[in-house]
Order: sequence, then C-alpha cells, then structure tokens
Amino acid sequence: EDEDEANGLEAWERAYTEDRSWESLQEDESGLLRPIDTTAIHHAQYRRRLRATARIQKGLIRYLYIVVDLSKAASERDFRPSRMAVIAKQVELFIREFFDQNPLSHVGLVTTKDGVANCLTDLGGSPESHIKALMGKLECSGDASLQNALELVHSNLNQIPSYGHREVLILYSALSTCDPGDLMETIQKCKKSKIRCSVIGLAAEMFICKHLCQETGGTYSVALDESHFKELILEHSPPPPAIAEYATANLIKMGFPQRAAEGSVAICTCHEEAKTGGGYTCPRCKVRVCELPTECRVCGLTLISSPHLARSYHHLFPIVPFAEISPSQNDPNHSFPNTCFGCQQSLLSQGNKAELSVSCPKCKQQFCLDCDMYIHESLHNCPGCESFR
Amino acid sequence: MTTSAPSKNYADDVSLLVVTLDTNPFFWSSFPFHFSEFLSQVLAFLNSILLLGQLNQVVVIATGCNSCSYVYDSASDKNHASTNGTMPAIYSNLLHNLDEFVAKDQQLTTPHHKPGTIPSSLLSGALSMALCYIQRAFRSGPMHPQPRILCLQGSTDGPEQYVAIMNAIFSAQRSVVPVDSCFIGSNNSAFLQQASYITGGIYYRPPQMEGLFQYLSTVFATDLHSREFLRLPKSLGVDFRASCFCHKQTIDMGYVCSVCLSIFCEHHDKCSTCR
Repeated sequence: EDEDEANGLEAWERAYTEDRSWESLQEDESGLLRPIDTTAIHHAQYRRRLRATARIQKGLIRYLYIVVDLSKAASERDFRPSRMAVIAKQVELFIREFFDQNPLSHVGLVTTKDGVANCLTDLGGSPESHIKALMGKLECSGDASLQNALELVHSNLNQIPSYGHREVLILYSALSTCDPGDLMETIQKCKKSKIRCSVIGLAAEMFICKHLCQETGGTYSVALDESHFKELILEHSPPPPAIAEYATANLIKMGFPQRAAEGSVAICTCHEEAKTGGGYTCPRCKVRVCELPTECRVCGLTLISSPHLARSYHHLFPIVPFAEISPSQNDPNHSFPNTCFGCQQSLLSQGNKAELSVSCPKCKQQFCLDCDMYIHESLHNCPGCESFR
Repeated sequence: MTTSAPSKNYADDVSLLVVTLDTNPFFWSSFPFHFSEFLSQVLAFLNSILLLGQLNQVVVIATGCNSCSYVYDSASDKNHASTNGTMPAIYSNLLHNLDEFVAKDQQLTTPHHKPGTIPSSLLSGALSMALCYIQRAFRSGPMHPQPRILCLQGSTDGPEQYVAIMNAIFSAQRSVVPVDSCFIGSNNSAFLQQASYITGGIYYRPPQMEGLFQYLSTVFATDLHSREFLRLPKSLGVDFRASCFCHKQTIDMGYVCSVCLSIFCEHHDKCSTCR
C-alpha cells in the first residue's frame, strides 16, 4: 500500500492500472462502435452455475413463505427508487417464475414492520392474489423483527402435510432486529421443524442471518445492486436439494379435472359468482373452479392437469452438461462441422477461425455457446439426442 | 393458458415460419394420399408465404423416422445459385435437400421396432431444432421477424417422446412462440393439440387432402398480428387428464408420488418407481 501511495496513485486510480476496459472497444468500417461481445462472459457465468447444481434429488412440492422487511430501512434510496420498490418488483417477477417452475407448490407472504410480523397472504396457489396483496401494502415504518417473523412462519408451516418441503425466504433491509425473546431459541425451533431459511440482505452482512442460514441449511447472500438482487432472488426458484427425511415417497391424492362444457352455467367457488363456459369441474365434489392448479375449496382436493406435472419432469430427467471444445483441439483435417446443429449458426468467426463451441457427450453433435445456454436453461432437451433414434 | 406477451421490438407483419415436415416413410406408405402430391401443395404454400412479404423467412426441417435435419432456409446464401429453369429456386433447392435427407434416413433404419406397429417420427427433435433456430432469430437484433412454428404431421404420437415434447412446448410458451399444427393422420394427435392450446397456436385437421393448399393458405398463412381479425378454427376441448402408470388409462383422480411424480390409480404404501 505504501508503494502505491509513493507512486502518487489514489485508490480509484489503482483500479484502472490493470483493467483498461476502454481498450476492448472496436470500431467497424463506418466508424460506429461495435457492440461488445459478452457471450463468452455470460457463458462462463452459466457454466459456473451449472457446476454448482449437481445431480441430486430435489424437493418438488414446496411450501415457501416470503418475508418482506418493511421497516424504516426499506425506504432507503440506495436502490433506486427505494429498496422497497425494488423488492416489490423483484418479488413479483420471482412469484411468477416460481409458479412456472414449481406448479405443485404454494407461496405465502409475510411482512414485518413496527416490531411485529403480519401474515399478508396465506399459503395459496394463485400468483395474482399474492402480487395484488403485496402491491397494496407498500408502506414502511418502525423496526424489523426477525423473531416474530420466524415464529409466525413456524406456526403456519407446522400445519402443512409431511411430504411438503418447508422454506422461508427473508428479504432483509434492516441492520438490526427488535425481538421479544431469545432469537437463538426460535432458530433452534425452526431447525427442529426442518424449515429451510434463506436470507437475501440488501444492506450488509449480519452474523445473525448467517447463523440462521447455516443452522437451517439455507443460503445467505447480500445484494450489491438491483441486477445482482434479481439474480440472487431468481436463484431460489428452481427446487432446492431435498432433505433426506423427506426423500421417502408419499402418494398424494390429486384430481385431474376436465374442462366444463361450453355454455354451461355454474357458480364458481373462487369468485363466488355465476359464470358461463370455461372452467373446470372438481372430480370429487363436482364444483366449478376457474383455473388450475388450485385446491378445491369445498373438498380440499388438489386439482392439477398433466402439463403441470410435466413442467417438473425436467428436474427429474436433467440433461448432461455439454463438454467444451477449445479451438486449438480442432484438427483442420478432422471432420469439424462448420455450423451449430441446433440453430445452423456458423461456428467459425471472421477469418475462418474456429471459435469456442460445445458438444453433447451422448450424441456428439456440436452446438454454439448461445444454444448451449438456451438448451440447459430453458429447453431441457438436447436436439441432437432427440433427433436420432 | 397462454401467458401475456412481453412487449417486444419487432416488425409486426414480418414472419419467420419454421415448418416441420413429416417424412416418415412408414406413415406415407400406408396413407391414401401420395407424398409427392402433398409436397407440391406444401411447396406452393411456402412460396406464397415468401410472396406475402419481401422480408418473410421460411425454414423447413424434415422430421424423419430415424433423424431430423434442416432442408431449406430462405435466408441462407447457399440457395440462390441452383435453378434449372423449369421451377423456382425454392422448389429445386428443397427437393434436392429432401432427396438427400430421405436417402440418409432410410440408411439409418434398424429393424428394432415391433412388427405391426408404425414407428413414429422424431417430432421432439424437429421441435427442439426449430426452437434453437428461433432463439437465434431473437438474437439477431431489435427488429427481428415474428416467429412461429407449423407442424405438418401425420404419424401417430410416440409416447416415449412425451417428456421431450412437453419441455419443447413449455419453452415455446415462455418465448411466446405459437405452435400451429396441421395434422393429416387418422386420429387426433394429443401432443399437437396440447402444443397448440398451451402456446396459443391453431390445431386443424383438413377434411379433404385434395384441397390442402386452400386450408394451409386460409388458416396458417396469416401473420400473428393479423390473426385477431380473422375467424380461425377454434380449439375443441383438449383432454388434459393424466394416464396412470400401471394401466395406462386416463383417470379423474389418482395418487401422485411426492418424489418422482408418478401417477397411480390406487393407493400403495410405496411408490414402485422410486424403489
């Protein structure tokens, strides 16, 4: 440190002695700036994520409580426009993504402010109702209370069936907690009930949050900015590793309703008004429900359709990660395909040089980096394996 | 069941149409309508898509019995050279590539399927390739064409492809890519009905094969923006009930394993798939 001071460099200047990001800008023929190719960076990030999710059994039926901290600290403006606004927007995105990836699961919302915790919505299945409830209650005041939130969540999660995975995601902006009793005892209670607590902090790292996550087997991360926060919260949408005690299979009774005939009139149980056409009929008690997946309000039967189950199949039958092929490994005399098998994009950059590509270990077909990311993050099918018998 | 489309920057009357063409020889050999007549009507339809707009793009993927492959891409530069003067360049290019594909597909045939059953075509592979190509179109810039997929299918559904086809359907739904189906086989295809329902496309079985070009150009040729002004065939009730793993019968109520999601019609103490 003394050496740098002797050079007369300030701390912010030192950052630029190694990283000259302006040198990677290039101009094309007409003098306009060429867009920086970030594919390689995204691909490296994606491969790191892929290595982290090994092939382990996942908990597919999840009961997740999202605890939103609405204390005074949430009105801080270091996240624009305010921490609370950013949290609300990202929670909305997260809830939609969560139901997309986990159609058999339930979400509930809890807020904490003024030293108490309130249950905003119960563990239910419709994303719209949660989002509407959250958007209507965005006022912050007072202190956050970690213990009250955990006690509330603990008492609610004790009522759910034994095959469900119990999880809590706490979005914490405050740097303190205002508790009526011993927080460590509450943490031990949650650990005993096998509730997996994860925390995303927006301020700074706190020991108590780290301790909570370590004890219950969750993850603790602190967001640096808005895009990092979005990345961290979306990491919680794929199913987490299953806890060993829940790995014993239970058979859950579920109904597969048929669509009601067009033109039939019935009173639906969700809105309690008469509706024509559309809708589904519960196979056990024959009442009408408007959308799936849901729980029949009359008889309590879980109602789903087969595509909802099919949405989770890719967690059970994941595809293998593709192997990287560096350009130097390619012998020019070898039969190296010039185009990606999936999208037919050329695998050669300008000047006929081979770029980095990947290949499937099973079918040996070659793909470009963009197809690799798309296949593993969204499609979950290898086009090469599916195109050969 | 369609998700609301996120706002995208595209020219709303420019289409990218990716067609998966069923070339399964086992199906065509037992079908009363001849493949060459079917192909001539399809080629006229594809040419009409390119005539509707100068910027429209057509890509054709052949769905074979043992393999799938790209046979035509209207935006590729390998096309425009070969025309022998008797037919438009699109026809000669497509036919040439299709000939090569069918010959190669035949060579890959191994006598593994059970005699008496018709092997299905590899629809899951063709859909996966189509979706990869469409992702590439999305990456091409802010004014990309509006993509959709059209499945010209006659072979029956292969149950072993169920998971792969559902994965492709959900990915198409997320990217807001409608999957249209023109099914020419005898019984309805449950997979394609679900695909079109979930992604917001059209499922249609032409009543008469002789008028196939008319059905194709009235139902499937319009771009997505103009579809709201037309009265297109409505989807009939799609049966979303599941089948139990033990008897393969559709059931109203069943038992689902919490770990592996297998469906049973009667209660057991242990799930047989997990064990």
